Amino acid sequence: MTQRRPNQLFRNLNAKIAALPMILTATVVFAGGTAWTVLYSFTDSGLLPKLDFVGLAQYERLWGTPRWLVSIENLFIFGICSLIFSMLIGFILAALLDQKIRFENTFRTIFLYPFALSFIVTGLVWQWLLNPQFGIQAVVRSWGWENFNFNPLYNADIVIYGVLIAALWQGTGLVMCLMLAGLRGIDEDIWKAARVDGIPMWKTYLFIVIPMMRPVFITTIVLIASGIVRVYDLVVAQTSGGPGIASEVPAKYVYDMMFASQNLGQGFAASTMMLLSVVIVIIPWAYLEFGGRKRHG
Amino acid sequence: MGSVSVNKLHLSFGDVEVLKDLDLNVEQGEFLVLLGSSGCGKSTLLNCIAGLLDITDGQIFIKERNVTWEQPRDRGIGMVFQSYALYPQMTVEGNLAFGLKNAGVPRDEISKRVARAAEILHIGPLLKRKPAQLSGGQRQRVAIGRALVRDVDVFLFDEPLSNLDAKLRAELRVEIKRLHQKLEDTTMIYVTHDQIEAMTLADRIAIMRAGAIQQLGDPHTIYNKPVNKYVAGFVGSPSINFIGGTLEQGSEPVFVAGSTKIGLERYAFSGAGPTQGKATFGIRPEHVFMDKGAEDQPFRAEVEVEVIEPMGADTLVWSRLDGNELRFRVDGQTHVKKGDRRWIGFDPARASIFDGQTEMRL
Amino acid sequence: MANVGAINVTTASVDAAADAMAGPRGARPRRMLSRRNIFLYGALFIAAVYYLLPLYVMVVTSVKGMPEIRLGNIFSPPMEITFEPWVKAWATACTGLNCEGLSRGFWNSVQITVPSVLLSIVIASLNGYALANWRFKGANLFFTILIVGAFIPYQVMIYPIVILLREMGLYGSLTGLVLVHTIFGMPILTLLFRNYFSSVPEELFKAARVDGAGFWGIYFKIMLPMSLPIFVVAMIIQVTGIWNDFLFGVVYARPETYPMTVQLNNIINSTQGVKEYNVNMAATIITGLVPLIVYFASGRLFVRGIAAGAVKG
Repeated sequence: MTQRRPNQLFRNLNAKIAALPMILTATVVFAGGTAWTVLYSFTDSGLLPKLDFVGLAQYERLWGTPRWLVSIENLFIFGICSLIFSMLIGFILAALLDQKIRFENTFRTIFLYPFALSFIVTGLVWQWLLNPQFGIQAVVRSWGWENFNFNPLYNADIVIYGVLIAALWQGTGLVMCLMLAGLRGIDEDIWKAARVDGIPMWKTYLFIVIPMMRPVFITTIVLIASGIVRVYDLVVAQTSGGPGIASEVPAKYVYDMMFASQNLGQGFAASTMMLLSVVIVIIPWAYLEFGGRKRHG
Repeated sequence: MGSVSVNKLHLSFGDVEVLKDLDLNVEQGEFLVLLGSSGCGKSTLLNCIAGLLDITDGQIFIKERNVTWEQPRDRGIGMVFQSYALYPQMTVEGNLAFGLKNAGVPRDEISKRVARAAEILHIGPLLKRKPAQLSGGQRQRVAIGRALVRDVDVFLFDEPLSNLDAKLRAELRVEIKRLHQKLEDTTMIYVTHDQIEAMTLADRIAIMRAGAIQQLGDPHTIYNKPVNKYVAGFVGSPSINFIGGTLEQGSEPVFVAGSTKIGLERYAFSGAGPTQGKATFGIRPEHVFMDKGAEDQPFRAEVEVEVIEPMGADTLVWSRLDGNELRFRVDGQTHVKKGDRRWIGFDPARASIFDGQTEMRL
Repeated sequence: MANVGAINVTTASVDAAADAMAGPRGARPRRMLSRRNIFLYGALFIAAVYYLLPLYVMVVTSVKGMPEIRLGNIFSPPMEITFEPWVKAWATACTGLNCEGLSRGFWNSVQITVPSVLLSIVIASLNGYALANWRFKGANLFFTILIVGAFIPYQVMIYPIVILLREMGLYGSLTGLVLVHTIFGMPILTLLFRNYFSSVPEELFKAARVDGAGFWGIYFKIMLPMSLPIFVVAMIIQVTGIWNDFLFGVVYARPETYPMTVQLNNIINSTQGVKEYNVNMAATIITGLVPLIVYFASGRLFVRGIAAGAVKG
């Protein structure tokens, strides 16, 4: 009368078939592709990938290349600034919108629409706005401030800040949205309690509301950070890496090495460095997010 | 072998054992209630019987057919859920017909069966409505109808009345009982944490705790002869009084708690007879009488009234017997007040005595 | 900032975002013209100007003639409106390789976006459904790899995919590009659908199983009809994301199959000839038009899509 347990492989077979694309993507493309690139970063692949191991030679060359060093420096400045400013502006806008104002929807729509646009469009618009002959500089000068100087795209020292302005225009709406969601997630009784206790509003925000929004902040930081590492199209459209190599970024270095310079090994090494930087961001987050959760049961 | 039987059923999620070597045999046409507090595994057991959970080990038979690894649809069961689980985008009619359509029942047969179920459950006028337009009671009727149309051998109920308010619950309880009387041959397994539902509906009750069945028996036995302290404490509201003490053997067995001595010459000890040592004496509040009613009881004592809880029909009185809390019921019309000293009495034959160590009934 | 190709806003904030716009929570406003209100609306107004200015300049520039652009300033409204730049941008602007304008890129983008959106949503919704309701052994491992993969920079995986596509004979074809978009849209969409299907009461799913519906029956007859809003959200995410893509277009397409963004960049950043700023801005607007229409038409659902993870990439 007893029945054996049927073969587990065929149990839930339909679900497994349906999940096949996910399984293939996860294993072949994501895990496999990443491993492949890391492996080939230790070879001297040129036009075509070949398994000719040269140890860390590609990495030594990478860190001796001025263009890569500039890229890293740019990424660093751009990353820190865009993290700070987008969080700051995003939070302030969200807090302003959260004051029971009129036309909240209109303002929100205005702040968020750039996020729907591509980085190419963003880069090109700001290339035009920052054009020294016709753009903001020219307009302000025509108003009488003859010595007004605002020409970031053609000044190697500050070009990355020109890119930053465009990036903030495109992305702060997203941060605002996430922050607003966080603010709205806070129990209204907290506000009432703070009012009854006579705590001024700025103090309520600083010492009560912001600490309560910790998860939202962490999520937002992770989102922004993982986006920063990838920044590519914006630079291509706005400055093409110029003037000279002043606004190069790692993602662009990788692309150029792989598809323009036929120097695959360099591309693989550079992309592996990008991977490493993401890992450095992700691991503490994953620890906070999931390690912490486990502790609370 | 009965209509539904479960042999050595074992289920674990990782290291957690949810059901432990569980045996259960339900006769055809029987109404079995699985009763227990939340987390005891009663719903899990029901889901295993339905085939909604893969078991770790053991066998399940329905109508003498081994269905351990069959899909739910092939087991000849219908199921009613706590949250009604009606398909929101379908009309009542669509909900009732869904299972039949899946089974490939011809169209005119479907409409015949839907009409019959609608008549039995008085939901005829609602057939064209969507679930969102129905009240809770109506939704649960539809959910029952969904099981009814499929003409199944076994009905499984998973806390079907828990989302309803008290009045509707009582109404539907009777309705389910009527339905069971009408469908004589249909086996019903009913999961609940509500002991009133269990007592009123069940032919037999299985009390579950921590993945195992504590006691399986008819409501009368469960109530009067609980096998252990847990079952005694779980069944009955207000719950049974427990008095801790020792069992002593003289010419006759005596239960001693402080200065109180309760003679047990009339108590029917089970099995090997009375033992000695630590024990718990359990007496239900409704078996303790006061004043006149206490006069001819074998055991009598004088107690002080501490708290009274009038409940309309009767009044619950809280007092102490040698430091142990003692609650008892008196008629709602009786005049008692805090601080009164009254005589109470009960018959030890109606009590339950549990071993201090094993907590099993003696 | 942020090409946010990434993921996993905590569930809490997804839910919060769904009713993010439910109602303001701050202190109650007092009189209309209090100092507080002047400050509040003033700040919001200035911010709004910063966000709107580029759009305004784009539109204004695109309808001016070149002489007017050379003389006037970028903020001044056009003295004479001309749509010639729009026509030129669409039909005859040169990329250095050809002079067909944006139109070819537009149709390429349509041919890339439509099948990519459909395919990626079908696949991801099935993934999410299998993960939420039919958990099989190992499912969570694959899902974790998928989500972690969403954080890996694309640059790391670009070349292996080139090889895969070349082996399949799809490198440079629209089909190949569709496949790439499906793959990289999978993490966020799978997460979106998994979370949504997990929120459907489990008893509903159990009831359907008892009623004899199988994997596909439950998907098509129960889950699908209940989940139309989440499919719309997924469509918004994908249409804007795929339309705005540049990297995959430039890597996996040939010049004949370049999507609109690549075509646009080639038109504007090609070094030949005199720069025609009005044509450039017209081309830029045309390229941004599709996601803008999606954005303004979808309103609140767009916000939900953002909260579910991210948009572009």
